[in-house]
Amino acid sequence: MIANFIDGLVRYQFLQNALITSIIVGLVSGIIGSFIVLRGMSLMGDAISHAVLPGVAASYMFGVNYIFGATIFGILAALLIGFITQKSQLKNDTAIGVVFSSFFALGIIMISFAKSSTDLYHILFGNVLAVRDSDILITVIVGIVVLIFVSLFYKELQITSFDPTMAQAYGLNVQFFHYALMFLLTLVAVSSLQTVGTILVIAMLITPAATAYLLTNHLPTMIALASTFGILSSIIGLFFSYSYNLASGATIVLTAAAFFILAFLFSPKKGLFFVNKQKTEESTL
Amino acid sequence: MSITNNNLTINHLTVSYQGQQALTDISLQIPAGKITGIIGPNGAGKSTFLKGMLGLIKTDTRTVLAGERPIDTQKKRIAYVEQRSALDLSFPINVLEVVLLGTYPKLGLLKRPKKEEKEQALTALRTVQLEDFAKRQIGELSGGQLQRVFIARVLAQEADIIVLDEPFVGIDMTSEKVIMDILKQLKEAGKTILIVHHDLHKVAHYFDEVILLKKKLIANGPVTATFTNKNIQLAYGDTMGDIIIKGVADA
Repeated sequence: MIANFIDGLVRYQFLQNALITSIIVGLVSGIIGSFIVLRGMSLMGDAISHAVLPGVAASYMFGVNYIFGATIFGILAALLIGFITQKSQLKNDTAIGVVFSSFFALGIIMISFAKSSTDLYHILFGNVLAVRDSDILITVIVGIVVLIFVSLFYKELQITSFDPTMAQAYGLNVQFFHYALMFLLTLVAVSSLQTVGTILVIAMLITPAATAYLLTNHLPTMIALASTFGILSSIIGLFFSYSYNLASGATIVLTAAAFFILAFLFSPKKGLFFVNKQKTEESTL
Repeated sequence: MSITNNNLTINHLTVSYQGQQALTDISLQIPAGKITGIIGPNGAGKSTFLKGMLGLIKTDTRTVLAGERPIDTQKKRIAYVEQRSALDLSFPINVLEVVLLGTYPKLGLLKRPKKEEKEQALTALRTVQLEDFAKRQIGELSGGQLQRVFIARVLAQEADIIVLDEPFVGIDMTSEKVIMDILKQLKEAGKTILIVHHDLHKVAHYFDEVILLKKKLIANGPVTATFTNKNIQLAYGDTMGDIIIKGVADA
């Protein structure tokens, strides 16, 4: 079966495209996801990845690459959520719930006007085996943008995530880094659209980062581990998707979940198994 | 730089939350070279005062000068230590990395901390007697040790205006002493030190000056003249009754 997969890789361009896209998406979603998890913005990530749907539809209608429409709607959703939270007495999670479900619903209607229903299925659940060369290019550009931004502003991302008040007090523009991260999140959401689909993008962002968080207390290590789990999940998930003809989004996300479960149970520092063992050892002493 | 540049002048500070005034028209001066306590009951607007003064939250009216110039043009001179309860103590960051954050304002954008900054952070950590804890994740420390780490960060920052929100809550006596010794050295060096404190005990022990708040300014000035039973009752209401507080002048 593995031989079959490797044989396919050598033979078929579409499978090579799928593999390259999956690896880059796994890498960048691990990086951005680490900051999303640490800033407690998982829900916001989920919202934005859903909110790009009308943008994808609009792009189809106007015949432009979907990254443009999706980015506009992603940023629009982030701004609208911020605006509603500020101007009403509603809590942030409520504002998020209202905005993203509305955007998503609008997207479903626009997609039905723009294209046939099979496309909707692919957008929702991913179809990594239909990645075109132009899509790869976009994914690579997104990957480079994310890598450059995070390596230039690592220090600022770290401090605004850990102690935003101190950062703001010494004059750092905390808002800028919030929206920059939202922008990158949108880019990652758009580029993972084809591998895992809109509905499951959040899993790529959160699950590998959450797994890494359980394994280390060191931020650079967490980011590296999150990317590693992201890449591994993508490759293994792609293998199952190809071999058993399953939706690639589902197989990739379940692989990531399997890594998470292992870390949750057996992490030396924070795993259920060892923490409980430590407790029993302490009580017997 | 002369220490008069560290004097703070606050004029007409008013802050509202959803149409309700949380702080009304506060004007006062905070002298350099002193430790000033901000005292008041829960909900009196102590943290709001700090955040409004520094421009961290939206204000209705506000003019704040450090020395002769607006404080907003000199933000790198401000060190702010948030309440411990407001921080994520499970964040993947160790003690030395937290102290290193203090070097970020001077580094500015794009520059990474190098050997020099790391040395500076280690020296600061030694001053608070926690160099053995450098590699520990911050959640493993006690409340008092953690507060010392944040004081080390203030030292590494070499800031002139130092703002601490509730630093003395739940800390041990050793840490309290270490922190007070450092704060005293900093004030002798002409820094301006502002501390939010909700407890009435030890006010005279910690502070040279106090600002009593209850949505508006009740009183401010040297502890001996300002921290009186009359002013405390004005701030805390009659519920405090005649509780005798050590160190309160009977004026």
